[in-house]
Amino acid sequence: MASGKEIRTKIASVKNTQKITRAMQMVAASKLRRTQQRMEASRPYAERIRTVIGHLSEANPDYRHPYLDRRDVKRVGYIIVSTDRGLCGSLNVNMFRSILMDLKRLQDEGVEADLCLVGAKGQAYFRRLRTNIVAATSHVGEVPRVADLVGAIATMTDAYREGTIDRLFFVHNRFVNTMSQQPEIATLLPVEPVDKAELQEYWDYIYEPSAAELVDGVLDRYIESQVYRGVVENVACEMAAKMVAMKAATENAGKFIDQLQLDYNKARQAAITQEIAEIVGGAAAV
Amino acid sequence: MPIHVDIVSAEGDIFSGEAEWVFAPGRLGELGIAPRHAPLLTELKPGEVRVETSDGEEQFFYVTGGVLEVQPHLVTVLADSAVRGDELDEEAALAAREKAREVLAGRSDEIDLDQAQAELVEAEARYRAAQKLKGKRR
Repeated sequence: MASGKEIRTKIASVKNTQKITRAMQMVAASKLRRTQQRMEASRPYAERIRTVIGHLSEANPDYRHPYLDRRDVKRVGYIIVSTDRGLCGSLNVNMFRSILMDLKRLQDEGVEADLCLVGAKGQAYFRRLRTNIVAATSHVGEVPRVADLVGAIATMTDAYREGTIDRLFFVHNRFVNTMSQQPEIATLLPVEPVDKAELQEYWDYIYEPSAAELVDGVLDRYIESQVYRGVVENVACEMAAKMVAMKAATENAGKFIDQLQLDYNKARQAAITQEIAEIVGGAAAV
Repeated sequence: MPIHVDIVSAEGDIFSGEAEWVFAPGRLGELGIAPRHAPLLTELKPGEVRVETSDGEEQFFYVTGGVLEVQPHLVTVLADSAVRGDELDEEAALAAREKAREVLAGRSDEIDLDQAQAELVEAEARYRAAQKLKGKRR
């Protein structure tokens, strides 16, 4: 039986760990709220720009922008958003698994993939596999900025424009609710044409200078806003997952402490019993 | 009849309110927009967006670029949250590619640190589990 002192130090150490996990849980909870607000804040821009694209593609039916053109798929690109830090349960692993399944299916079809990795966890994971990483960025932080993402996005959109890749996927975690996050693989390029019915009123803009010239800038901004939104959403997922993971850790530590306390009490009682037995034994011998 | 003005960027709302006049730096020159302007779509140059409210007050917003959308009673400025430019984009793209090479070469310190931390946490957890089992067996 472990001595009383040993168990006491063990209890103290587990209590410290519990304090840390509890603090992390609360920090994650408060960060989650703020990130959710940020997620909401990015919505109006994305919706507006989508309508503008609808109008633009309606305005010049003869002009086909490469972003709107469907091509035969020979090579694809992935923008993969993962977290920078761990301790967030199976959030990243679930996502990587779904990507690997996708990659395997593509490989069987003879389609190769280029990866663009946002986040340190994805980099650590995909580095070990034999994948083709063409761009990477990490430590965008809890308050991501569009400026930090532009480089990575530009690499992929350039590749698409040059015809190196024929389809661009975007992978991030979708925030369903605090308890549930779903990895989602969405097509970023070619841009899905907006349904005509979605344009509420049928009228057209005056374009300055011309629709064809405007469409380029608008589409680039659209892609960026989509990726930005995904990154912010992924941060929200990270915080939610971390909160849940840390809550579980705190509870486990509590159970562990209870068990240790029981052990400690038993050890203490055993020691006392033994001492009494020795005294009684000694007295009997006299 | 005032116009409703929304200035939004990808990172959040910047301004929303009623105005009599909106001035914006369009790509082909400065634009002044009064209520019942024809629908218009243009790109913005870096510069100042000026909003004149009905009580004669003026508000200024600096934009690094963006897209301006005008409807008869609605003006939307989709402001860029980052300074753009082909050269800057090119630079950023190069940085991202460089980073990818680092990742592949495994030179990046940050990742190794993260990796080490993860391994440490794992090792600690394993140690604890072992301790727990030991305690139970006795």
